[in-house]
Amino acid sequence: MVDQAKVEELKKIAHRIRCDIIWALAHAQSGHPGGSLSATDICVALYFYALKHDPRNCQWEGRDRVIFSKGHVSPLIFSLLAESGYIERSELRTFRKFGSRLQGHPNIECPGIEVGTGSLGQGLSIAVGVALGLRMDGKPNRVYCIMGDGENQEGSTWEAIMSAGHYKLDNLCVILDNNGLQIDGWVEDVMGLQPLADKWRAFRWHVIEIDGHDMAQCMEALDQAKQVKGQPTVIIAKTVKGKGVSWMENQAEWHGKAPKPDQCREALKELACPAEYFDF
Amino acid sequence: MSEIKWKATRDGYGDALVEMGAQDERIVVLGADLTDSTRALWFAQKYPDRFFDFGIAEQNMLNAAAGLAMVGKIPWVSTYGVFVAGRAWDQIRTTTCYSNLNVKIGGAHGGISVGQDGATHQALEDVATMRVLPNMTVIVPADYYETKKAVIWACKHVGPVYVRFGREPVPIVTKPEDPFIMGKANLINDGTDVTIMNNGPVLWECMKAVQTLKEKGISARLLNMHTVKPIDREAIAKAARETGAIVTVEEHQVMGGFGSAVAEVVVQTYPVPMRFIGIQDRFGESGTPEELFEEFGLTAKHIVAAVEDVLKAKRG
Repeated sequence: MVDQAKVEELKKIAHRIRCDIIWALAHAQSGHPGGSLSATDICVALYFYALKHDPRNCQWEGRDRVIFSKGHVSPLIFSLLAESGYIERSELRTFRKFGSRLQGHPNIECPGIEVGTGSLGQGLSIAVGVALGLRMDGKPNRVYCIMGDGENQEGSTWEAIMSAGHYKLDNLCVILDNNGLQIDGWVEDVMGLQPLADKWRAFRWHVIEIDGHDMAQCMEALDQAKQVKGQPTVIIAKTVKGKGVSWMENQAEWHGKAPKPDQCREALKELACPAEYFDF
Repeated sequence: MSEIKWKATRDGYGDALVEMGAQDERIVVLGADLTDSTRALWFAQKYPDRFFDFGIAEQNMLNAAAGLAMVGKIPWVSTYGVFVAGRAWDQIRTTTCYSNLNVKIGGAHGGISVGQDGATHQALEDVATMRVLPNMTVIVPADYYETKKAVIWACKHVGPVYVRFGREPVPIVTKPEDPFIMGKANLINDGTDVTIMNNGPVLWECMKAVQTLKEKGISARLLNMHTVKPIDREAIAKAARETGAIVTVEEHQVMGGFGSAVAEVVVQTYPVPMRFIGIQDRFGESGTPEELFEEFGLTAKHIVAAVEDVLKAKRG
């Protein structure tokens, strides 16, 4: 049983993160809201419940490693880093701007980012190498890779899935943000992936399927993944693209388009974000 | 010259990995089902715990190497040049080079001298695709000893390195005690009329060309330039100024490769006429290395002809 107080605390954090995402996009007037909002809850459970890390010491040897294969959800990533304390929340105002550490897709200039990502289908391979290296050294650190479902269309993703299964990397956990949409439309219409869970199982992975917006389920899945031995784990989190902003939900057009200032205010109102978010 | 010994540059790679593997436990080697022919097998047999086969899946292997580098390993990726510098280029660019990770790439079967396998397996574009990447160092050693030294240097350097080597035995023309300074040309023969700049195992043909030219009364300087990037700007500018004409020699497409790298320096420092020996915008084909060198114009005879041609264009 998960701690109900912790669930409530995480829900509050997830709410702040959603406000931050819209706020950063409002200042940047560019970026990716849809996938940022769909992956928010499970990533909050990761950063503020499951993850071992020290935001004051990014290079701490004992830290778990997070690799965002879906690098385009940078509004979410930088909001998580701000909430954790890697960067100041005010720095979100510089997102995607010239000279900022908060690039359109994350790179190593930003504290808390392990490796630059953004070209889809690459993150899991990196995570495989990190997990293999940590295991060679007998280290207990865990490796988390956050992926989109669309990038399961990349051949290199399946190469990586195959190798993690082959090498039995039980220190590796994938969080699959299964929002079912990609830029061109529904994943199943563009290039169908179902049965997705069976595919991962066939490649020797332990599969956990959850509602990616149910905080208790997110926490339980991350707990369970830590107990799995002899194979890597994928948490397939069924989510809603654009979650939290009614008119963005399940709309492919909000994959990579920032809302206009008026729309941002509307979104912040719907989310019931505090007054200080309306400063643009 | 009859005492010349022949040995493949890939053997220099294999021997260097075994040697460095003993000195530095951080070194790991990754293979993609070509473990024997890249000579990664020699390391794998000696240090099985530090060798990983990734199967026929090069893109994944490249980024797994990047991940290993992120936790302090020194990964060497071993496969054919075409499959790494072509197929896995985006991984090398966006993961290894963008984050400046300590990944070492051994590109085997460089050039047309791979021979009978034909065009699909002859890497003729790898130097071009690697040298355009920020943070990347590109080295094409000329023989066994130079390959060993390049690999040993790369193990100690922090940052991405591409080392290209070949399949076929080539004459050993350098000595174990010759200096290897990354980014610095080695003077093989001094001369005043023209400079031949060599990159890679074609050095032997260049040396023969220098001899022929000498008999014809032409004094040719021969520079062996193992490092394509960063290129030795000083040696190039000096050669242009002092000899007034340059011929570059490489077993690679002349577009975008070593010759282009030299030309970029020449036009910005001291413009002089140049000629380019290499693959002239064609795919390779099957044949013995000798037949292919003749067909693709990479022999001493062709180098001599290029020198005679460039001298006609040289300013009085």
